[in-house]
Amino acid sequence: MAVLSPPKPAPDSQRTAKRIALNQRRGKWDVKLSPYLYISPFFILFAITGLFPLVYTAVVSVHQWHLLTGQGEFVGLQNYVDVFGQPNFWKSLRNTFSIFLLSSVPQVLIAIVLAALLDANIRAKTFWRMGVLLPYVVAPVAVGLIFGRLFADQYGLINEVLGYVGIEPVRWHADVLASHFAISTMVNFRWTGYNTLIFLAAMQAVPRELYEAAIIDGAGRLRQFVSVTIPQLRATIIFVVITSTIGGLQIFDEPRVFDPTGLGGADRQWMTITMFLYDIGWGNQKNFGRAAAVAWILFLIIIVIGMINFFITTKISSSDGAQAKAKARKNSRRAR
Amino acid sequence: MSSVPVIAQTAGKGAARSAARRRRSRVGGAERRPGWVTYTILGIVLLISAYPFVYSFLLASSDQVTISQNPIPGLVPDGNLFANLQRIFESNIPLMKGLVNSTIVAVTQAVAVVVFSTLAGYSFAKLRFRGRGPLLVFVIATMAVPTQLGIVPLFIVMSEIGWSGKLIAVILPGVVTAFGVFWMTQYLESALPYELIEAARVDGASMIRTFWHVAMPAARPAAAMLALFTFIGSWTMYFWPSIILNNQNPTLPLVLRQLQASYFQDYSLIMAGVLLSTAPLVIVFIFAGRHLVTGIMQGAVKG
Repeated sequence: MAVLSPPKPAPDSQRTAKRIALNQRRGKWDVKLSPYLYISPFFILFAITGLFPLVYTAVVSVHQWHLLTGQGEFVGLQNYVDVFGQPNFWKSLRNTFSIFLLSSVPQVLIAIVLAALLDANIRAKTFWRMGVLLPYVVAPVAVGLIFGRLFADQYGLINEVLGYVGIEPVRWHADVLASHFAISTMVNFRWTGYNTLIFLAAMQAVPRELYEAAIIDGAGRLRQFVSVTIPQLRATIIFVVITSTIGGLQIFDEPRVFDPTGLGGADRQWMTITMFLYDIGWGNQKNFGRAAAVAWILFLIIIVIGMINFFITTKISSSDGAQAKAKARKNSRRAR
Repeated sequence: MSSVPVIAQTAGKGAARSAARRRRSRVGGAERRPGWVTYTILGIVLLISAYPFVYSFLLASSDQVTISQNPIPGLVPDGNLFANLQRIFESNIPLMKGLVNSTIVAVTQAVAVVVFSTLAGYSFAKLRFRGRGPLLVFVIATMAVPTQLGIVPLFIVMSEIGWSGKLIAVILPGVVTAFGVFWMTQYLESALPYELIEAARVDGASMIRTFWHVAMPAARPAAAMLALFTFIGSWTMYFWPSIILNNQNPTLPLVLRQLQASYFQDYSLIMAGVLLSTAPLVIVFIFAGRHLVTGIMQGAVKG
């Protein structure tokens, strides 16, 4: 190469030097700016479509604001007062919490037990894991339609089966608690398998030495599960509980399609807060000011509940965890 | 951690294998093959997981009268599935449009989320810049923010710029997710060695070229999983589309809701719709379900 290229005259080499300098400067800017350039799509789009609407909800909530006529005058906290004055708000608050508890508590418990079963040395691991995850691919609306039929008050499969064992037909769509149970079942159906896999992953990360130590101490399987597995799952339990709180308190799809009218039943017995928000904003009232107020109230509730969850779970499991850890340490010393 | 590799070097592979076996068996209970109780429980769980699919298939193949006479459908499907689908296609409910729309939304969001998340994840995981730490904390914090609660202003803005009823209004809020950025950051941190980046840089590749030819290929496994999760999320979402779209231009979940409202007497039609809207994801699941399982389990350990 060097032989083929003719020797460069002096002015040219000067130009080359300049070009290299320019390239270097450009390269420097490239290195400096590129990181920001690459993260900017996320931050810009998130700010526009996620953060701004959430913050602006507060602005809308202190104004008169109608779906058709748009922004009205500033009314302070009047929208919040109006919302608190509506019986359906309190009803939907009650329903949301009831459905949330009925879905999250059994779900976490069942998921942990299932994860323990999958964590055993079973054959065809992937098959069973896929089996529990299968419901996750069904849209909540589809789940709602299928289970709405399974839980039909008349000619429903579940009532029919209950009839065989001599139980009177349950009025799944009429009774408050029964409807909450039916809707929670839909949530559990879709999410238990997903959470099972999360717990399973956490269980597999538990150091096997802890089990060895427990076995040497004469702990049976159940004792190992309670004293080693559960405390080790602490962080994961917190994670699952908090994510299911955030999702569970905003539940909309399943109760929305639980009957054809989609308003939460004749007596609003399964209307949730998000359904109430929808009804105020786009249903009868078309009142965006109040709908925004509901959104903000729900936002605050989610934050508060999330923090309460966090503290309770941390406290319970850290006291357990500390004991177990101390015990494990003692045990492993003895084992050695 | 284990002495097995040492044994392999000193006493050969066979000895290492049996040492490993001995070691495993010493752990005892946890590694024993479980008995029939475990399989029975798992079998029941599998039945519960799968029965709603079977149920919707059986109802979709049936007709109104049969359904009302048999609360528990017989296990042999009737032959009305295609007739039922035909009736939906001939009705004024735009099922086909819903299918196309859902595909557009899900594919666009999956691609966009993967590209933007990989870009940001690469930057957070491998590049040095001022403010990196706090910005990453911000991303993680936003994962817990229920952005769905911003729908009122989102609706106002979308209507204002004339996007109400258009697919773009559904697509845009879902083209970036904090989860995606976090996910790719986590993955690239461990999967992409600095040496590769440096080698490309020394060879004179610009930053974007390095990203495209080095980071993108390394990110492929995690990107595929992220695409899957995003696709499923988009395909199944209902709340926001139900607010911003209308009956003439729906996505599949909205079509299902229309079916329910128009044919609440005839569950064979509703279930035919349910089946048609669920089938694509079930097919995806059969082929890629393994990766979903891995994805959830990896995300759990790291998250």
